[in-house]
Amino acid sequence: MSQDAVLLRASGITKVFGTHRALDGVDFDLRAGEVHALLGENGAGKSTLIKILTGAYQPDGGTLQVAGQTVTFRDTLQAQGHGIGTVYQEVNLLPNRSVAENLFLGRQPTRWGLVQRAEIDRRARALLATYGLDIDVRADLSDYSVAIQQIIAIARAVELSGKVLVLDEPTASLDHTEVALLFDVVRGLKARGLGVVFITHFLDQVFTLCDRVTVLRNGRKVATESLSGLDATDLVRMMLGKDLSFDHHPSGLASMRHGAGRGVERVAFAGLTRAGSVEPFSLSLHQGEVVGVAGLLGSGRTEVARLMFGIDSADGGSVTVDGEPVTIRNPAQAVAEGFGFCPEDRKADGIFGELSVRENIIIALQAKLGWVRALNREDQIELAGRYAEALDIRAADHDMPVKLLSGGNQQKVILARWLAIDPTFLILDEPTRGIDVGAHAEIVRTINRLREEGLALFVISSELDEVVAYSNRVVVMRDRAMVAELTGEEIAPDLIVRAIAGAGITTPAEVQP
Amino acid sequence: MTRPKVDLHPTTRPPARHKRPLWAMFARPQVVALAMVLAVNWLLFPGFFSVTWQDGRLFGSLIDVLNRGAPVAILAIGMTAVIATKGVDLSVGAVMAICGAVGAQMVNSGQPAGLAVAVALAVGLLCGLWNGILVTLLQIQPIIATLVLMVAGRGLAQLVTEGSIVTFSDPVLIFIGTGSVLGLPTPVVITLVLLILATLIVRRSALGLLIEAVGVNRSAAHFAGISALSLLLVVYAFSGLCAALAGLIAAGDIRGADANNAGLWLELDAILAVVIGGTSLMGGRFSIPMSVLGAVIIQAMNTGILISGFSPEFNLVVKSGVIILILILQSPLSARLLHRRARRSPKAEDAA
Repeated sequence: MSQDAVLLRASGITKVFGTHRALDGVDFDLRAGEVHALLGENGAGKSTLIKILTGAYQPDGGTLQVAGQTVTFRDTLQAQGHGIGTVYQEVNLLPNRSVAENLFLGRQPTRWGLVQRAEIDRRARALLATYGLDIDVRADLSDYSVAIQQIIAIARAVELSGKVLVLDEPTASLDHTEVALLFDVVRGLKARGLGVVFITHFLDQVFTLCDRVTVLRNGRKVATESLSGLDATDLVRMMLGKDLSFDHHPSGLASMRHGAGRGVERVAFAGLTRAGSVEPFSLSLHQGEVVGVAGLLGSGRTEVARLMFGIDSADGGSVTVDGEPVTIRNPAQAVAEGFGFCPEDRKADGIFGELSVRENIIIALQAKLGWVRALNREDQIELAGRYAEALDIRAADHDMPVKLLSGGNQQKVILARWLAIDPTFLILDEPTRGIDVGAHAEIVRTINRLREEGLALFVISSELDEVVAYSNRVVVMRDRAMVAELTGEEIAPDLIVRAIAGAGITTPAEVQP
Repeated sequence: MTRPKVDLHPTTRPPARHKRPLWAMFARPQVVALAMVLAVNWLLFPGFFSVTWQDGRLFGSLIDVLNRGAPVAILAIGMTAVIATKGVDLSVGAVMAICGAVGAQMVNSGQPAGLAVAVALAVGLLCGLWNGILVTLLQIQPIIATLVLMVAGRGLAQLVTEGSIVTFSDPVLIFIGTGSVLGLPTPVVITLVLLILATLIVRRSALGLLIEAVGVNRSAAHFAGISALSLLLVVYAFSGLCAALAGLIAAGDIRGADANNAGLWLELDAILAVVIGGTSLMGGRFSIPMSVLGAVIIQAMNTGILISGFSPEFNLVVKSGVIILILILQSPLSARLLHRRARRSPKAEDAA
């Protein structure tokens, strides 16, 4: 097989979950002897695509070809049979069994039905030697670092499949030397003619290791290109939106930015920090102001929000509300100060699926009031009705479980929950994530309306068009630190992209054609 | 400074609330199951429903079912709240033994009965708090955390009784176990009062909603500003208090504290009563009255088998059969079947 032979080709892959198109006609090809980066923000469709490539999901449209032959995978075992193996971010081996057992689990050499331990150990040592690892294969897997465990998982996957290896964020929890170790292993596989799909959100690693890159966005492929002609700004631009026009710019907003007529300061964070999570930052938010947050996945944007809301406790720094110093060590204290937080993972951290729409709306206010001062049923119905009406929450009935609503309506229920406490300051983490495009515009309008009502908002989003549409200021995060603050004319997708990629801020005049 | 008022100018009224017809309250699998068990009891023993008035109190098999079922019903009331938070309390049987022993020893050492009862209840509360601390501050899984006291508790009870069955003749303790109030056995009255109080407190305050929120999604509850910590402490302490009450009843009933056998395995009956009552072990929605109904179903089966003259060995087998039946009726499978029927009359689904 020549080095440029296409090992794996996916054409027009489409996958639909309910009404949500996770993948829409995506093409992807992987050559022998290449490391192919797969990039995209959360919800771009990366994991759906690799699950289809490795047989965990079946596509609703499109075809897969392995070495020119059209194939369909019923399950991961069948994909393995065609030479496609995967190593996930969290090593899914058995931590309490030995390294050797993990390598040969399910295909132990036996004699008369008995496992031959010595034989397993010998083969395991030989196998790991080809990866330059000389370790005690009889020790438990959990005795080794995550990097070694990753390499063992890779060795197992390559043994089982042998042509294509999918690495799903293998470096997420590794330090620099461990990353280098892992990269050596990947380069070794590349030299052996394997095709490697590499998923990460560290752009520098993409340039260090990979040959080509495919970028996905909102379930569609943006581009597949050779990395030699690209820089980090290009990648960020592709990931966050190729449409960098100013069309969505609401006319009123620009004048507001220049007018500097922002209200009084409501909330101020000074030097807030958490070791290993967020570098110290200072930020003040004013009445009637939206501060947008841009940054890639893993840049620390969600961690900042968690710190502000007391979900993670700060190691240092102070918070003032209306000039008064306050202590926020848990969400209950944050709620008492009039903070609200719509989390990114709506299902895990936001909604109470079994509880009714009404209960989901009043729960934060009830928590704030305490258990003794119960909202009676009439108050609950009135509150739920008022905010459901104001936010246009479409539910047949407010006594139905909230889990039966669509994603967009669930998001609005959580928003309603916070509006019900009459908040000072709202944090929205990816408010349009996982909801259909029609509801996007509605959420953006709502954010603008809340600003006009005098709220201070902190909105994290990877949708640059949306950030531009509602932000008075944009802070940019990179490597767990706030690295730039953009105001006025600087709030443009192109400049935000440059700031995220670390290309420095230039004046708008230099950028605009 | 005044806060900006978020008024988003609603114009229409909230949707009208749906009133459920009264009969719907009785169209539950638990009620049907109880009716079936009672009917079978009546077939086996025609005198089952006869209740007579004698010496100023009611007698009869039905009264007996309620009386015998009281300890498990009381345990189930506390257990319901614990299970609603996605926890479980395995220690209640052992706590019954401890509290019975404490009460018995105190009256025997000449303390006034009122003080003995108060101390026994306080000890139950402390046992519950201990469980709560293990579950919240030390973050031990509830099943393990309460297993500690389940095992150690019997030992503690034996230490209190010094290894023997402590008999007593204090009229107040005996009254708690065997007396009567307004013609009803005292344990039944205690159960009813506790049932009404607990239901009122849980539903008139926001406690019920907050407990359900923690049980449904602990993480979302945290994000919404609910402090699950104090809530869990309250819930486990309440379960301990219920166990203390049940322990006093069990001791009063036999006029003695038996550290080895008081409340033995009753934690399992209590969990079963809660599950039969429809509260999921996964936490969330709960109903205290339905759990008490579950306890009555269990006791109705026990009594039925005893009075029908079958040997008690049948008890466990029959019991498990009925339980399987109830669980099938409550299962997601039958819910789906019912849902399919309901869908023939489609309502407005969520748009967008």
